[in-house]
Amino acid sequence: MIAWLLFWPVLIPILTAALCLIFWTRPDVQRTLSLLGTAVLAAGILALFREVWTGGIVSVQAGDWPAPFGITFVADTLSVTMAALTALIGLGVAVYALGDIGHVRESNGFHPLFQALLAGVGGAFMTGDIFNMYVWFEVMVIASFGLITLGGEREQIDGGVKYVLLNLIATTLLLMAIGLLYGATGTLNLADLAQVVPGHPDQGLLTAIAALFLLAFAMKAAVFPLYFWLPASYHTPAAAISAVFAALLTKVGVYALIRVFSLVFTPTHEFTYAVLLVAGIATMLVGVLGAIAQDDVRRVLSFNLVSGIGFILIGVGLGTALGLAGALYYTVHHIIVMSALFMVAGVAQRLAGAPGLNDLGGLYLKHPWIALLFFFVAMSLAGVPPLSGFWPKVILVKAALATDAYIVAAAALVTGLLTLYSMAKVWALAFWKAQPDHVVAAAGPGILETGEMSRGEQRLTLLPVAVLALATLLIGLYAQPLLTLSERAADELINHQPYISTVLGGEGA
Amino acid sequence: MNSVILHTATRILTSLILMFSIYILYRGHNEPGGGFIGGLIAASGIILYSVAFGSSWARHGLRVSGLSVAGAGLFFAALSGVLSGIQGQPFLTGLWYFPKLGIEAKVALSTPLLFDIGVYLVVVGALTTIALELEEARD
Repeated sequence: MIAWLLFWPVLIPILTAALCLIFWTRPDVQRTLSLLGTAVLAAGILALFREVWTGGIVSVQAGDWPAPFGITFVADTLSVTMAALTALIGLGVAVYALGDIGHVRESNGFHPLFQALLAGVGGAFMTGDIFNMYVWFEVMVIASFGLITLGGEREQIDGGVKYVLLNLIATTLLLMAIGLLYGATGTLNLADLAQVVPGHPDQGLLTAIAALFLLAFAMKAAVFPLYFWLPASYHTPAAAISAVFAALLTKVGVYALIRVFSLVFTPTHEFTYAVLLVAGIATMLVGVLGAIAQDDVRRVLSFNLVSGIGFILIGVGLGTALGLAGALYYTVHHIIVMSALFMVAGVAQRLAGAPGLNDLGGLYLKHPWIALLFFFVAMSLAGVPPLSGFWPKVILVKAALATDAYIVAAAALVTGLLTLYSMAKVWALAFWKAQPDHVVAAAGPGILETGEMSRGEQRLTLLPVAVLALATLLIGLYAQPLLTLSERAADELINHQPYISTVLGGEGA
Repeated sequence: MNSVILHTATRILTSLILMFSIYILYRGHNEPGGGFIGGLIAASGIILYSVAFGSSWARHGLRVSGLSVAGAGLFFAALSGVLSGIQGQPFLTGLWYFPKLGIEAKVALSTPLLFDIGVYLVVVGALTTIALELEEARD
């Protein structure tokens, strides 16, 4: 049974997508299927998580082809944690979408595309084969292009074209890197590569290939200077869609980066680690400065998302177990908080009927609960204790100081402060200040009562936000379990011999 | 298109093309062919029909939406991987069954064939949907 759970993150969304397509003309059936599918997905992955947590790494060979030749699926602590978060965010977004996505997007195929996206993300997390990972990246690009242009507004096509063009360049670079690596080593299995690469005679060539991988994954993860596609596109689709993008898509790039650069190109490739640190610092600072300069709330959040990727990168770039643990902790926190922020921002924008900070305002007076939820999650992003953003920053700064990387620590602290400023600015302008006169004059004083949302829609959209806000509070107050989890995942990444022997040891079904 | 020659030819050709596509689908496991190319051939038959008689007749002939066909294909393809679970083998393991038909030729039924049927349906469904949409956008 456990062997089957490994395919759960791919199989269940694909079956759900297929059923949604079969019921193409019945959006109501699709809605039920989508909810049911994500619930089954979450249940299965949580069971798998329990198995991995108690029993260690498991792997299974698809089609029963032996390890270095067939496609291996591997669940270690990191991949199963990411898959579990994917399923939980998927479930949250599926609920949120009930109140947000609308009939037009539904009848144009939101549900099958959403499930296909989940399948792509899940597959990328579970696979132990570098070419297979590329295939899941392609699945994600196709599904997300469909989602981002769903609705067909001019702004969306504009954002979608930028998004898909840069992502296609990234996947092409990835394919080139994989081709070169296969030519140099003759294998695509990650565990097998981990054995072949360190003893390879031509280390110069491998460093060049590593740089190509770094470039491709950095583009996917929105790392400075390759991040510009993200703020150009994430504010255009429906809020449910940008929430799932913000939570998961860049994290897949980060995951791939961590996986490949801890397993295949190990810290002997010091050059790449130095690049990671510099890129991480630049990403943090540029992201948060961009956030301060923006007007559209979801663009502010997009830049903050980029800034968070920088935090994860410095953790990886430090090359120590503590740094990696901090990076993984931050990833979990960031997935939860970012999806919640995009969700609640979507509700605020729909209630006010305007996207920009200039036109928003007065929400605190009319909808104090929504304003409080935003405040809560925003403060978590800024790293205010006792919320979940505080601990990973502490760990990362501590890890930086432990390796005498004072510039990294300083950059992290400055970014934290600027994030607080940026979030406080959004809170003050969008929620706290009085509704601007020009909006009241244009739309009448009643605009904020319900906007274009019914009470039922508000409840459906705020339920997942409230659950995620509760999660960030619990992780913050009760930090030890997640810290243990991060440390264990980091340890598995650094001492990767068990991973290799599980995959290549012939432990099939 | 209102042409007697095209109408007459299409009636015969469409059925021939569809049969040929199934032949190509079945021989595809060991010889050139398979679900993808078979699906392309079948879709070209349906497209020919819609060019000759109009897209509304083609839709009428299909009876279900092209995307539902594609969804059924995706479902079969995923199902073909799941069937191996009944025998306790991992996802996507190929299962083969040779029914005794009392004839000399050997007929193989297998999960790879089911997968190929799935691919065939996905290609037919998706291409037909695109072609019919484009045809109607032109009108």
